[in-house]
Amino acid sequence: MSEKVWIAGGGVISGIGLDVPACIQSFRDMQPGMTAMQYLPSVHRNTFPVAEVKADNATLADMARMPENISRTALLSMIAAREAWQSSGLGDISQYRVGFVSGNTVGGMDKTEDFFADYLANPRGGRLQQLLHHECGSITELVADQLGVRHHVSTISTACSSGANALMYGSRLIRNNIVDVVIAGGTDALTRFTLNGFNTLMILDQQPCRPFDDTRTGLNLGEGAGYVVLVSDSLAARLQPWCRFSGFANANDAYHQTASSPDGTGNYLAMKGALDMSGLQPQQIGYINLHGTGTQNNDVSEGIAINRLFAPHFPAMSSTKSFTGHTLGASGGIEAVFSALSVKEGIIYPNARFEHQMKELPFAPATAFSAGHDLQHVMSNSFGFGGNCSSLVFSKSY
Amino acid sequence: MADLKAQIIEQLNLQEVAPESIGDDQPLFTKEGLGLDSIDALELIVLLQQHYSIRIANPEEGPKIFHSVRTMATYITENQTVKA
Amino acid sequence: MNIYINGTGCISPQETAQGGLLLATPREYETVRLATVDPDYKQWIDVKQIRRMSRVVKMGVGAANLSLEAAGLTAPDAIITGTAYGCLDDTGVFLTKMVNQQEEMLTPTAFIQSTHNTVAGHIALLLGCNGYNNTFVHRGFSFENALLDAIMILKEGSAQHILAGGLDEITNHSHQLLTRFGLYKKEPVKTMELLNSPSRGTIAGEGAAFFSLGITKQPGTVAELSGVSTLYKPLWEGEVIGHIMKFLEDNNCTPADIDLIVTGRNGDIDHDEIYEEIAAALFPETAEASFKHLCGEYPTAAAFGVWMANAIIAEQQVPEAAVFFGKAPEQINKVLIYNHHQGTHHSLVLLTAC
Repeated sequence: MSEKVWIAGGGVISGIGLDVPACIQSFRDMQPGMTAMQYLPSVHRNTFPVAEVKADNATLADMARMPENISRTALLSMIAAREAWQSSGLGDISQYRVGFVSGNTVGGMDKTEDFFADYLANPRGGRLQQLLHHECGSITELVADQLGVRHHVSTISTACSSGANALMYGSRLIRNNIVDVVIAGGTDALTRFTLNGFNTLMILDQQPCRPFDDTRTGLNLGEGAGYVVLVSDSLAARLQPWCRFSGFANANDAYHQTASSPDGTGNYLAMKGALDMSGLQPQQIGYINLHGTGTQNNDVSEGIAINRLFAPHFPAMSSTKSFTGHTLGASGGIEAVFSALSVKEGIIYPNARFEHQMKELPFAPATAFSAGHDLQHVMSNSFGFGGNCSSLVFSKSY
Repeated sequence: MADLKAQIIEQLNLQEVAPESIGDDQPLFTKEGLGLDSIDALELIVLLQQHYSIRIANPEEGPKIFHSVRTMATYITENQTVKA
Repeated sequence: MNIYINGTGCISPQETAQGGLLLATPREYETVRLATVDPDYKQWIDVKQIRRMSRVVKMGVGAANLSLEAAGLTAPDAIITGTAYGCLDDTGVFLTKMVNQQEEMLTPTAFIQSTHNTVAGHIALLLGCNGYNNTFVHRGFSFENALLDAIMILKEGSAQHILAGGLDEITNHSHQLLTRFGLYKKEPVKTMELLNSPSRGTIAGEGAAFFSLGITKQPGTVAELSGVSTLYKPLWEGEVIGHIMKFLEDNNCTPADIDLIVTGRNGDIDHDEIYEEIAAALFPETAEASFKHLCGEYPTAAAFGVWMANAIIAEQQVPEAAVFFGKAPEQINKVLIYNHHQGTHHSLVLLTAC
């Protein structure tokens, strides 16, 4: 049970790049990914900017080496998972006991919503093929099968913290000697279902979002996938791991179904729990990748919880959602990769469009890209509907 | 206002609440009143749009407009351009 | 470290929510779609909350409360659910309105309630539980993954009491669509004759079963949760047999130590063949009980099977309605639940009397 778990690699596809180097370049160039919708057919096309992955399904299918007619969620997942695996240097996947643990929120909904238009017109109508991968788990299996993962497959759906919870479960699978390697993270493609859902909550910004800015008015949705490769001590010894996955915690706000408590109880408990597991004091954290959606409610709750835990030593922090948009089930995975890389290369990511200090908080996010810092420990936050709050901590390799 | 009460009950699926049991000035959102919450406020915004063609763009206006059935009715009268 | 089942709760197409002897009055149906026998949910949920809840949320909250009451717990340290389909009813409602209203004038309630973690979130909210909260949504492994997560966390020592459960609902849309996929029998069947039917297809079911798991035994505890294992897409029967042997070995026992097997037979001749082969290869003399003629087929039906196995250990006898083969010994000590979903998701759960 005492075995450590390491990050051996990572992969990301998002609105700011089709792989990790492209995403990092976009941060360097201060190029966020929000535009008018190009690929999602919606009546809200010109109302809400989104951070779409800049490729159509045919291109993604080519990259993924999968059929074009399957869910975009699976295509994104495959591309990022393969990049993660390749970056680990582990080689032939069949040589290991491997698990694939992926989070997503709506499975193959992009196909289901197309199907439903025909089906509602005629109960015998619609092509069943479009429904085949509706289930969240089915998306995971398409990718597991393509990767050649058989030892353990699992899917987690805890709204916006799904990807982060996948890392926790993956870590436990390794520590319990069920597998030696886990590809863990999350995926979500944009769908009309989620776009309209968030619109009913009136938390979508019609402008590019402004996380942790006093004038913020909501979030922008994004899409993508992000995975880390978690490995056991014995495998890490043969590799050059990025960093150690040193701590994590999951707590429930138990306040309201969608809103965070004003004092950020769940957020505080998750961050505190992750620090405790890592055996760290708050001042040892060098950078926090914020959940930072840009909604009134999230940013104030998260900020107050950070204030309570970290004052007076605030680490550098920023919301990379100001570039990628909120990628929902993928965000915990994508931001885990960014955070692990932050430890490895000393990166502090910029928080785009921050101008006005939030009056409730004594700190402000970083606004410029910088690298080469000596970051010993980095925290990543993911909070979601249903009160689900998760924090992860990544540490330098010792 | 009786119509409005029935519409509120339907929209919010307030089982076991009779329209006449809601007082015209009874607060809708406090614990002593109907005890509605922020999700209900969003539902009421759609109700105004559906039944009265009134659009509320800023949800922060909600608490003022939805204080009671009477404040809602007043707001509807003041803002209704097309009769539903 | 031993992990105990300190309380269980089940809402199913049988009268499982009201206590009393297991299957004392089994409900027999003649249909291809079973529905839960619902208790009065207002005993656990106040009117203000219940107005927004779909059936799956209510049955989840109900079964969770039953299992906590049985364990004498007010709140667990962690809540973990498994659901393959999630909240289908609210998903269908929102999707239908979105299509019919061309993405205009939609309301938030159905969307909020459609997320897969709605049930675990509601349980946390109702109990005021700030602890670990997770939801697994992996088809025929959803419930098993939830159990495994619970076991790992209990062993780690970060929680002492965990509420874990599996649940799924049927809706009109889902039933219509799964029927189009050819999952169910073409004609209504008598449920007590389902497992001997000579045709393809099964019957649809639904339900919720929750377990209060802990590292210390309570006065009413009858069984330990000794182990859980999953096998994804085995290439042939030999791999399943090998997996079961390895699983028993890991739990320090052999097929001869198993007093009763509880299998997921569902009356589909194609799906049931593997149970015959496993029984012939490993358990030729062992008594067998089955459960899907009682609760129907759904991806988290194994939760009903585990609930039933725990009740069998408590009563030390297999009710007539659940017997499939043979007679269980006087002492029912070890029970192995073997289930598969659609031939691709095989799972094992071992319970030991304590």
